[in-house]
Amino acid sequence: MQQISDILSFHRADRSDLIPILHEVQSRLGYIPPEAMQAAADHVGMSASEVYGVATFYSAFKFKPVGRHCVKACRGTACHVKGSEKILAEIEKALGIKDGDTSADGEYSLETVACLGSCALAPVLVVDERVYGRVTPARVKSILRGER
Amino acid sequence: MNLSGLREQANNAWKAVNEPSRPQVLVGQATCGEASGAGEVNHSILETLKRLGIEADVHSVGCIGACYCEPLVDIVKPGAPRICYHSMTPALVSELLEDYLVKDNPRPDLALGVWGESRFGIPALFELPMFKPQMRIALRNAGVIDPENMMHYIARGGYTGLERALKMAPEAVIAEIEKSGLRGRGGAGFSTGLKWKLCRQAKGSPKYIICNADEGDPGAFMDRDLLESDPHAVLEGILTGAHAMGAAEGIIYIRAEYPLAIKRLVKAISQMRDIGLLGKNILGSGFDFDLRIVMGAGAFVCGEETAMMNSIMGRRGTPRPRPPFPAESGLWGKPTSINNVETWACVSAIMEKGADWFSSFGTEKSKGTKTFSLAGKINRTGLIEVPMGITLQEIIFGIGGGIPGGKSLKAVQTGGPSGGCIPASMLSLPVDYEALTKAGSYIGSGGMIVLDEDNCMVETARYFLSFTTSESCGKCVPCRLGTRQLLTILTDITQGKGKPQDIPAILGLGKSMRQGSLCGLGQGAPNPAMTTIAYFREEYDEHINSHVCRAGECRALISYTIIAERCKGCAICLRACPSAAITGEKGKPHVIDISKCSQCGNCLDVCPKKFNAVVKVPAAGPAAVPAAKG
Ligand SMILES: Cc1cc2nc3c(=O)[nH]c(=O)nc-3n(C[C@H](O)[C@H](O)[C@H](O)COP(=O)(O)O)c2cc1C
Ligand code: FES
Repeated sequence: MQQISDILSFHRADRSDLIPILHEVQSRLGYIPPEAMQAAADHVGMSASEVYGVATFYSAFKFKPVGRHCVKACRGTACHVKGSEKILAEIEKALGIKDGDTSADGEYSLETVACLGSCALAPVLVVDERVYGRVTPARVKSILRGER
Repeated sequence: MNLSGLREQANNAWKAVNEPSRPQVLVGQATCGEASGAGEVNHSILETLKRLGIEADVHSVGCIGACYCEPLVDIVKPGAPRICYHSMTPALVSELLEDYLVKDNPRPDLALGVWGESRFGIPALFELPMFKPQMRIALRNAGVIDPENMMHYIARGGYTGLERALKMAPEAVIAEIEKSGLRGRGGAGFSTGLKWKLCRQAKGSPKYIICNADEGDPGAFMDRDLLESDPHAVLEGILTGAHAMGAAEGIIYIRAEYPLAIKRLVKAISQMRDIGLLGKNILGSGFDFDLRIVMGAGAFVCGEETAMMNSIMGRRGTPRPRPPFPAESGLWGKPTSINNVETWACVSAIMEKGADWFSSFGTEKSKGTKTFSLAGKINRTGLIEVPMGITLQEIIFGIGGGIPGGKSLKAVQTGGPSGGCIPASMLSLPVDYEALTKAGSYIGSGGMIVLDEDNCMVETARYFLSFTTSESCGKCVPCRLGTRQLLTILTDITQGKGKPQDIPAILGLGKSMRQGSLCGLGQGAPNPAMTTIAYFREEYDEHINSHVCRAGECRALISYTIIAERCKGCAICLRACPSAAITGEKGKPHVIDISKCSQCGNCLDVCPKKFNAVVKVPAAGPAAVPAAKG
C-alpha cells in the first residue's frame, strides 16, 4: 500500500491521470491488485467499478500476479506469416503453460502481443526487456534458458 | 536563448564525426539492431579499442532501414569516407577494427557501402539497389545521426524550418503546408493543411494537438523506427503545428510496446526544454507551448482519433460518431488536431525546404514520399521511404530484392487489418492513395507484408479477422458481431467445413459492416476477406469444394507422410513429434499415425535435408477427419 500511495502522490487528482497511475502500479507490482484500483478511484474521484471498467478495457493491464520473467510472443502479421504459431507452441511446451498463464513455480509468465515493431526480424520473441529476432522452434529452449 | 548561437557548436560536433581527427565508430542501435545483437557488438567495439590502445569515439545511431543485415556498424577514419559494415558480430567487428584501424585494410568483404562515392572497391551505399530508388524525407536523419545528440540534428538543418515558421503568420504556415500537398500518413490521407485550417478557425481555447504514435497495425514499424532514429524531426513538426494552429498543449500518444522510442522522446523533450524550445515565449516569439507523453495500453482501436482522445482523458478507448470532428470538439471538448508521427516529420522538412520542393516528388494527388516497412517473405526486410507513385514491382523486386528461397510471390498485404491483399499480377500498380484504394486495398500507415506461394489466402483473411475480432471495442453492433461472424465463417473454410453459400454471406456481411460500423476498425475489417475473395476466389473454392489448401498452410486440409524408401530410421522426427504419432524401430522406416497426428509439421522441419523423407500431402479431406457434430 505504501508503494501505491507513493505513486498517487505524484499524480493530479484528475481522471486523465488514471491510465498513467495504472501503468505505474503495474510496472512496480507487476499487476494491478484490487486495492490499487480502489485507491486510484478515490484519488481521481471515480467509482471503483468505473476504474475497473477502464482498466479491463486495455489488454496491457494485468490483474493477477505475474512470473519473475515475462515472455512475450508476437502474433503480429509479419510474425504470423513467418510461422509464429509454431514458436508459441514450442514455448508453451517448454514452459508447460498456455498463453496468459504463469508457471506454478512463479518463474515465467507467457503472453502474446499484437506486434513488437521488429517485424523485419520476424518471428520475434521478447523475454523481459530483451528482443530476440528470427526465432526458430529449435532456438526457443536456449533463449528461455539464457534468461534463467 | 536563440538557435543561431547553437549552430556553430552543432556544426563543430557534426564535423568531428564526418571529418574527424580520430576514428569514429557508429553503431546502429534501434530496436532491430538491438534484437540482432548490436549491444554485444558495441561492447566488443569498446573492448577491442581498449585492447588495441586506439583513441576513438563510439556513437550510437538510429536505423538506416537495412534491418535484414543488422547489426550495422559505420567507421569513419580520418581522411576516409564513412563506410557501412553489415551483419556484424562481436568477433567480426573486433577483426574489422584491427584490420582497418591498425593495418589500414578497409575489409571490402564485410562492407555494405560507402557514404558518398565508391572507394576501396566498396560500392556507393546510396547507389545500391536497396537505396537508389529511395527518397528519404521523413527518414532524412535515420541511421545518419545519433538520435540522442540534438547537436547532430541541428547541424543537419534541424529547427531551421521552425525558425522560419515562427517568423511567418500562422495562416501563412498553414498555406505553405496546404500548398505542399501533404496528406496524413496515418492512413486516411486527409489534407494536413486543411485539417490545420479547420482547427485554427475553430472557436474555443485552449487548443490541443496530438501526435499519433500508437502504430497499432501489426507488421508495421515505421513510426517506431522514426522516433527511435530521429525524434527531433517529429518534435519540430509538432512545434510548427502548434504555432500554426495556436495550440497551447501537445500530447504524444505512444504505444507502451515501444520502450526505446519512449526513452528517446523523453530525452529529446528535455533537451528542447533546456534550450527554450518548450515552455513560455519560445525563441522569443511570444508563443507558449508544452508537450507531454501519454502511453497507450495495448488497445488497437486507440489509434483511431476519437478513441485516442477518450483514452487520453482517462476513459475506455472507444470511438464516438463524427461529427463533431476533433477540430471543433476534441480533448475536453476543445478544438484538437491529430496527426501521425510521419506526417509531423514531413512538416518539419517542408518548413525547412519549402512546399514546392516537397510537392516535386510524388504523383498528382499524392505528393511527397511514403515510408513502408517491408516484412514477410522478402529478402531485404526493413524500412524504406520512396516517392509516391513508385510501383509495387520496384519496391518488392528492386528495393526488397525479391522473394527468398526461390519461391514465387503471391500477394502483398498493405494497410494492415483494414487493408487488402494485392495479387502478384497487379505489381505494376503505382503506390499512391487513389490507386491502392481503387484496387480494394489501402496505403494505410505503411505496413507491407509480402506473401509467397506457401501462404494461404483464406488463412491470411482468417488471421486478420481473428485480430479485428479480438480488438473490436464492442461499442457498435456491426463491428462486434460482424467480425465474430466473419471469423467463424473463415475458420470453417480453413478447416474444410466451408459451404458454397459462405462466399455470398461474407460479401453481404462485409458490405453491411462497411456501411454500418462506427469507426474505421469495423468499416475496414471485412477488407482482407473481400479482397482475397476478389483476387483469390479459386483458393476459396478449392477449400470449400475440394477441401484442398494449395499452399499447404491449413492444418485440417493437409497431412504428413514418411516416404519409406527415403527414411533411414534416424528417429529425429519421432523425438520431435509432440503427439507421439510417429513409430518405428531405429534404422527402419518410420510411419506416421494419421489419427494421432496434429499436423504441426515438426517432423518435416527436423527431417535432415539429405534424407528429405517427410512430405506434406493434401489430406483425404474432411471425409477422413470425422465431421464436426451439429
Ligand atoms: C482502428 C484504427 C486504428 C488507427 N490506428 C492509427 C495508428 O496507429 N496511427 C495513426 O497515425 N493513425 C491511426 N489511425 C488513423 C487516425 O484515426 C487518424 O486518422 C490519424 O492519426 C490522423 O493523422 P494523419 O492525418 O496525420 O494521418 C487509425 C484509425 C483507425 C480507424
Ligand atoms: S509482427 Fe511480430 S514484431 Fe511486428
